[in-house]
Parts: sequence; structure tokens; C-alpha cells
Amino acid sequence: MEVIAFWILAVIVGASAVCVIAARNPVHSVLFLILSFFTSAALLVLIGAEFLAMLLVVVYVGAVAVLFLFVVMMLDVDFVELKQGFLSYLPFGGLVGIAFFAEIALVSFAGAADDGARLQPSPGADTNAEAIGQVMYTEYFLLFQVSGIVLLIAMIGAIVLTLRSRPHVKRQNIAQQTARRRSDATELLDVERGKGI
Amino acid sequence: MDLTLNHYLVLSAFLFTVGVVGIFVNRKNIIVILMAIELILLSVNINLVAFSVFSGTIAGQIFAMLVLTVAAAEAAVGLAILVVFFRLRGDISVESIDLMKG
Repeated sequence: MEVIAFWILAVIVGASAVCVIAARNPVHSVLFLILSFFTSAALLVLIGAEFLAMLLVVVYVGAVAVLFLFVVMMLDVDFVELKQGFLSYLPFGGLVGIAFFAEIALVSFAGAADDGARLQPSPGADTNAEAIGQVMYTEYFLLFQVSGIVLLIAMIGAIVLTLRSRPHVKRQNIAQQTARRRSDATELLDVERGKGI
Repeated sequence: MDLTLNHYLVLSAFLFTVGVVGIFVNRKNIIVILMAIELILLSVNINLVAFSVFSGTIAGQIFAMLVLTVAAAEAAVGLAILVVFFRLRGDISVESIDLMKG
């Protein structure tokens, strides 16, 4: 039963991954990417890693894929032109791909043969999230903090990169406003009668 | 027949291969290249989680989470660079990214 579910989900993941790189329209690519992330989350649920599965849905589908969608829709590019040369690179890419897949599959069949290992998604705890939480804030606390710093730097970097100062926009400068004195703005003149200034 | 580690290893090998081939065949479209990199990182995540679950050590899932963090950061910075580049050149073809003559 689980094996049948695995194969159904695996075929969906594989087909949608192929569609990601083969789709003519990048919006379709992003949608297929979302499908493959979502189905991978289902595959992780199948072996009991529920926490990572939900994280995959939240982070990838909720943030990264939507970010891609925004950027694809924001850029006004002729995507058909970018697709040129797909077929000319396909034989070489396919050859490399076949070699790659054969090597990895060979290694995983030869090295990590099935030794009757059973599923243990949450060792030493009742639920998967509990098992992760027990070690994440103790043993791997430093890594947890470092990943927070990585995200912070990425956020600052993205903001700094895309921020632009437009030269002709008038903005309110509060420091300048409060530093203004009456002598800066007004001038008292003795005007002679019958003459202008 | 039960679900074994090999099932997941073959699936993740296939996803990795599709990602690598995607970088090869989409030589011009940098958005699809970024998506192919996301596919590669997804396959790494599946691999880590599968090994973690089948060997009964939780560390793999922690590391999968770190990979997820790095993938999100990479996507954010990469797309920001892409937006800036498009603003400068009006084009995102990989061939036109030769300002540094590298």
C-alpha cells in the first residue's frame, strides 16, 4: 500500500520536475515547481517526517515559489526568445544526465543496500516535531542561530540590492524641518517709502 | 514489499539529475536556472530526510532544515540580483551578463 502511494507520488514529482525545465512559459515552470514541492512534502509525510514536510510547504510553496512567481510576472521579458537553443543543448544535457543518474543510482544500489532498516522518523520521542525540538535547541543550537543570521543577511542583502534612491522625489526631512530657525526663513527689511525693494 | 531507503535514493537521484540537466538545457533563461537549483536542493533535502528516517538519527532532519534556510536565502538574494540586473540592462539573458568580462 505504501509502496503504491510512493510510486504514484514519485511519478508526479518526476514528471513535474521535468516540466519545470521543459515548460515554454516560466509561469508554468513555477507552477510545476510548486506541484513538485507539494508532492515531495507528501512523500516526506509517507515516511513520517511530518515536521520537515510542513516546513517544505510553508517555506518553499509559501515563500520561495511565490517569490519566483512575483519576479517572473514583474519582469517584462520575451521568454520565447530565451527558450531558443533548448533543443541544441538537449543531446549533450541528456547524455550528461543519463551518466549522472546511472552513477548515483549505481552507488545507492551498491552501497546503501536495504539492510532491513525500519522507519524511525522520531527516535526518542512521541512525535516528529518533539524529536526535532529536543535536539535543535540543545545540541544544534549554534547551527540554529547561524541559520538565523544567514536569513538576516539575505534579507538585508535583498533590501540593499533592490533599494534605489530616486533623485527627483521630494521627501520630508524631519531633522531639517526642526532645525529651521526664524532667521533662516524670514528677513526684515527697512523699505523706504515710495520705493520697492 | 516494503518502502525502503533505495526508493527514496533513486527518486532523489532522479530529481538531482533533472536539476543538473535543467541547468544545461536552459542556458539562456536565468530564472529557470534558479528553479533548477531549487530542484537540486529539494533532492538533497529528500536524501537527508530519508537517510535520517531510515537510520533512526534525527540529525539529518536538522540538516535538511539548514539546507532549507540556505535555499530560501539563496532564492531571495538571487532574485534580487536578477531584478537589479533587469533594471540596469532591460534583459535577463545569460549571454548579456558579461559586464565584468570574466
